[in-house]
Amino acid sequence: MSEATSLLASGHRACAGCGAAIAVRQVLEAAGPNTICVNATGCLEVTTTPYPQTAWRVPWIHVAFENAAAVASGIEAAYKALRAKGTIPKDKKPNVIAFAGDGGTFDIGLQALSGMLERGHDVLYVCYDNEAYMNTGIQRSSSTPFGAATTTSPAGKVIPGEMRKKKPIALIAAAHDIPYVATASIAFPADLKRKVKKALEVEGPSFLHILAPCPTGWRFGTEKTVEVARLAVETGVFVLYEITNEDPLKPIVTKKIKDRKPVEEYLKLQGRFRHLFKPVKRQDIIDKIQEEVDRKCKLFGVDED
Amino acid sequence: MKIEPGGAIKEPGSSIAYKTGGWRTFKPVIDAEKCISCWICVGFCPDAAIEKTEKGKPPIIDYDYCKGCGICANECPKNAIEMIFEEK
Ligand SMILES: Cc1ncc(C[n+]2csc(CCOP(=O)(O)OP(=O)(O)O)c2C)c(N)n1
Ligand code: SF4
Ligand SMILES: [Mg+2]
Repeated sequence: MSEATSLLASGHRACAGCGAAIAVRQVLEAAGPNTICVNATGCLEVTTTPYPQTAWRVPWIHVAFENAAAVASGIEAAYKALRAKGTIPKDKKPNVIAFAGDGGTFDIGLQALSGMLERGHDVLYVCYDNEAYMNTGIQRSSSTPFGAATTTSPAGKVIPGEMRKKKPIALIAAAHDIPYVATASIAFPADLKRKVKKALEVEGPSFLHILAPCPTGWRFGTEKTVEVARLAVETGVFVLYEITNEDPLKPIVTKKIKDRKPVEEYLKLQGRFRHLFKPVKRQDIIDKIQEEVDRKCKLFGVDED
Repeated sequence: MKIEPGGAIKEPGSSIAYKTGGWRTFKPVIDAEKCISCWICVGFCPDAAIEKTEKGKPPIIDYDYCKGCGICANECPKNAIEMIFEEK
């Protein structure tokens, strides 16, 4: 839109159907214009700021791949210092939101993130998770799920795709005993926006983990991004929950699932799992994925009877 | 081109100078009869290319920016959006 209705403007160069772009639009809609954004290197940064243009309608800074949390910490601390000195009014307190991909969060940015959470900065850190290093050509990360083919976990005679399981990043963030942690999905925008608002309301650090399907890297039709995101929740592959520091060991499921669908429905839509169906069906791998999902759903208490 | 200190870009949302509509292969077309103005398509558009209007009227698709991903058509609860092959 040429009108300034979306805080992320049209004309950005994300692929058609990009889930990350949807995630950011939803987060910004909930956060509003009084927001400063920090962005780690990755698809979101590259596609939204083709120099000398930007799609952002809020102040935005990019530094590097590994330090979104450190830069966000610095911005929050600078505002604090300026308020204390009386350079700016006491009530000048913009939201500070850091955006980073799964590579920038689960892998290379984990140390900076842990430092930000431990120091207690009043920042919302958002990980838009597309489950691989998409910007550099679909390399696996520690977020890539078991069984998914990427260019560095290729499915072939030796391995049937990624052989390690996804790192539980939101639980790792929650282990820092911070005020608010949540998972969210672009397919459930009301739930996502409520969580953004709650995260921004609390004093201190908050962490939001958003599953943001990527048609290019996951190999599905561009029209299916939201459908795939919804199926991730409905199959129990991605559990929607929140954790507060009242009990950081107790995630509260925000979307219980009635008649949970088999994981196969989620897997079969995506080319990154095609090798589990063709040329021969790898029922053993599909069963293993299902068992792990069942185990997790039981632990979290996902199923509604 | 003048490069600002720190590579700063001073015009918010300046990406609108670049029209992504040319990427499209299929074009979403809304059937005003079927549309119930729920704005579900508006919220799911990755490109902010669908704009709300008033209740009772369909939203407006901005073809300058719509990349033709088809999420709107896939998510419309009333099947009011059809993807039509783009004749160039
Ligand atoms: C220190 C460093 N190593 C490697 C790179 C190259 N690089 C740029 S983006 C990227 C991957 C980003 O992956 P992720 O954080 O998951 O974001 P995505 O592109 O998937 O959205 C890599 C490896 C870099 N910019 N800096
Ligand atoms: S590769 Fe994936 S995450 Fe990156 S811009 Fe394209 S759809 Fe979005
Ligand atoms: Mg990624």
